[in-house]
Amino acid sequence: MNGRAEQFNEEPDKESLMTKKALAGVATFAAAAIALSGCTTGGAGDNDPSNTIDGEVKGDLKIITWRTDLVENGKFDEYIAAFEEQYPDVTVEVEGITDYAGEMQTRLSSDNYGDVIGIPAAIQPDQFEQFLEPLGEKAEFEETYRFLNGAAYDGTQYGLAIGGNANGVLYNKRVFEQAGITELPTTPEAFIAALQQVEDNTDAIPMYTNYKDGWPLGQSFGNLGGVTADPDASSEMAKDPAPWTEGKDMYAIDSLLYDAVAAGLTEEDPLTTNWEQSKIDIATGKIGTMTLGSWAISQMQAAAEANGASADDIGYMAFPANVDGTQYAVIGGDYNLAVSRHSESKAAAWAWIQWFIEESGFAENEAMISTVKADPLPQNLAGLEENGVELMEMNAAPAGEEGLLNEVSSDSQVDLFGNIYRQELVDVARGAADGDKASVFADLNARWGESVERVAS
Amino acid sequence: MAINATGAAAADTSADRLHPEGRPARPSGAARRRTWRHTRRQLTPYLFIAAAVALLLLLTYWPAANLLYFSVTDWDGLDQDLNYVGAENYVQVFTDPRIFEVFFVSLYYFGASFLQIGLALYFATILSFNTKFRNFFRGVLFFPYLINGVAIGFVFLYLFQPDGTLDTVLSWFGLADPPQWIGDPDVANWSLAGTSVWRYMGMNFVLFLGAIQSIPSDIYEAAELDGANKWQQFWAIILPGIRRIIGLCFVLSIAGSLSVFEIPFIMTGGANGTSTFVIQTIQTAFTHRQVGVASAMAVVLLVIVLVVTFVQRKLFPDEKVDLT
Repeated sequence: MNGRAEQFNEEPDKESLMTKKALAGVATFAAAAIALSGCTTGGAGDNDPSNTIDGEVKGDLKIITWRTDLVENGKFDEYIAAFEEQYPDVTVEVEGITDYAGEMQTRLSSDNYGDVIGIPAAIQPDQFEQFLEPLGEKAEFEETYRFLNGAAYDGTQYGLAIGGNANGVLYNKRVFEQAGITELPTTPEAFIAALQQVEDNTDAIPMYTNYKDGWPLGQSFGNLGGVTADPDASSEMAKDPAPWTEGKDMYAIDSLLYDAVAAGLTEEDPLTTNWEQSKIDIATGKIGTMTLGSWAISQMQAAAEANGASADDIGYMAFPANVDGTQYAVIGGDYNLAVSRHSESKAAAWAWIQWFIEESGFAENEAMISTVKADPLPQNLAGLEENGVELMEMNAAPAGEEGLLNEVSSDSQVDLFGNIYRQELVDVARGAADGDKASVFADLNARWGESVERVAS
Repeated sequence: MAINATGAAAADTSADRLHPEGRPARPSGAARRRTWRHTRRQLTPYLFIAAAVALLLLLTYWPAANLLYFSVTDWDGLDQDLNYVGAENYVQVFTDPRIFEVFFVSLYYFGASFLQIGLALYFATILSFNTKFRNFFRGVLFFPYLINGVAIGFVFLYLFQPDGTLDTVLSWFGLADPPQWIGDPDVANWSLAGTSVWRYMGMNFVLFLGAIQSIPSDIYEAAELDGANKWQQFWAIILPGIRRIIGLCFVLSIAGSLSVFEIPFIMTGGANGTSTFVIQTIQTAFTHRQVGVASAMAVVLLVIVLVVTFVQRKLFPDEKVDLT
């Protein structure tokens, strides 16, 4: 600490030769580092001409999955055993990653990201070809499969959805009954009124935002298109200079959150919400509603059964809006399974994907909408059908514009799929930040509009 | 070093003497061996540091060089093609008011660091004297610094919850109706800064304690003989004796408060007006997929920290401490 380093600075100047040598060593080292990082491009999988998805189904297969729960409880091993029985020449190994989206983003910069992956959200449609093996023309798949848009670019299909979900609002039937709600709300005003009834007549939190964990706030974005029954809503939004205008989907979706928070119908301290606890709370009637995709139904039902409540208490309704009296629920694909471009057994990987989607029974086990069009809808969406809700799938974006919405979202830093701007919205609504609904939406429109212009030009 | 250099010079002279007519020098076997031995001797220190330098280059300078490179591209973190965009990212960093706004949050942590250094100094002084159970207390005070920051974030998250530990303890003393410790935007940053004080005070404490103990004990004895009380000892011996360490702690706390990350990231995720520059950099890189802009932000932060440190060194230059 006393500047002792200075005592060693008496080195004679003669040794510049040595310094040069040392520098040369450093340069060699740097060159080696460049060579090391450089040789990651181009993998073994590219060299073998017989290694195509139509080739012989054999070899070692590595599956990378985000479903660590299935890996841990042994369910995944059952799938593997069933597959290996059908394809004895293939050896399958599975690797579960907890922080899938984050970790895959790093791993994609290497060649070593398994043979079958779920396409991480970080890959933009125009980047599919850099990482994934094309599976064929999109048109070839349209007859058999749903949810193709998420993994298609410019008419080529790169992946198939593992299953699909509907979007809407999860609620506790018992809480609604106690509150005296006899009919499910079909307009935003009726929804807020229903929440108010829950507040007045029960001890439950009418709507839980899951503000702290954040990502559940982004779930309501899945309703884009369902509010106005417009299957082109997402491609239109990518070019709309002001999507947060009354009468448009985004306005209705974010207003629902704002109005509920502003009316004091959400949890008292949003900074201390807890996702795992919220599952138990909605299952046991301490929470009235949460805006989540239908994938959450089975988790809440499991939580209900584990905590002495009934799985039948968990209900699911469409987003509270209607077009001429009809409600629409948007259905969309979950993760898309795809074959790595660097895979050494592409045929086996492709066989796994087809088998997993068509024969494994995964979608049925998970109560997801099957990607195969011919399969029946899952039981837990029966409630939607009973109430006459129409299921709709969004149309594909025009060719070449598949990534436009993401691009505008990134450029404007309005994270449609995330939580950052919605947390700010909640802060304003609960009076923790300056502004009101009009100013928040005006700011969002300004940022969005500016980026639409910039990205388009 | 000096010995080696002399040896090399001596070798040169002897070689000259062997070939006075300036014929092409054909070194004999012995001379070659001698040259090799000298080279080897000269190389030895470099071989010793080679491994350390290699690791430093690989793990620090190579990524830093990459960061500089990314900051002038439009990279999204994934694409195999990077486009050069010049200073565009830097222009964005300096023109977007939402990016620089968050530096205000750092002021909370900087303010708290005074409290942190004050407390650390107080405890270090007390525990450098012959206090009862002093080793126990030293351990207790240093302990938080050893705990993983993520764990601390979670522990304090439960502590600050409505009707959580803190509220319960306060209610014992009749303090009803406490604020929402991290839900209220006026209180949130103080709560987080308080957590940061709890965590990092131990490190300041150990630095101070070490410095205080390096002051020779005969100075205290002399002071006691002169009739100085403990307060006078602190004021006249300890404080000047560890001035440099205190200065160092201030530099560290300025740099630290500019780049606060772990505690707000775990406890609030940057929501409710608690976002810091590093959290914003992370969000820019991974939520908004603008690795280029985020790299520029990281470079700007590095420059700011360097400038702050430089200014601090100019204002409070190193002085030789002389207690005699």
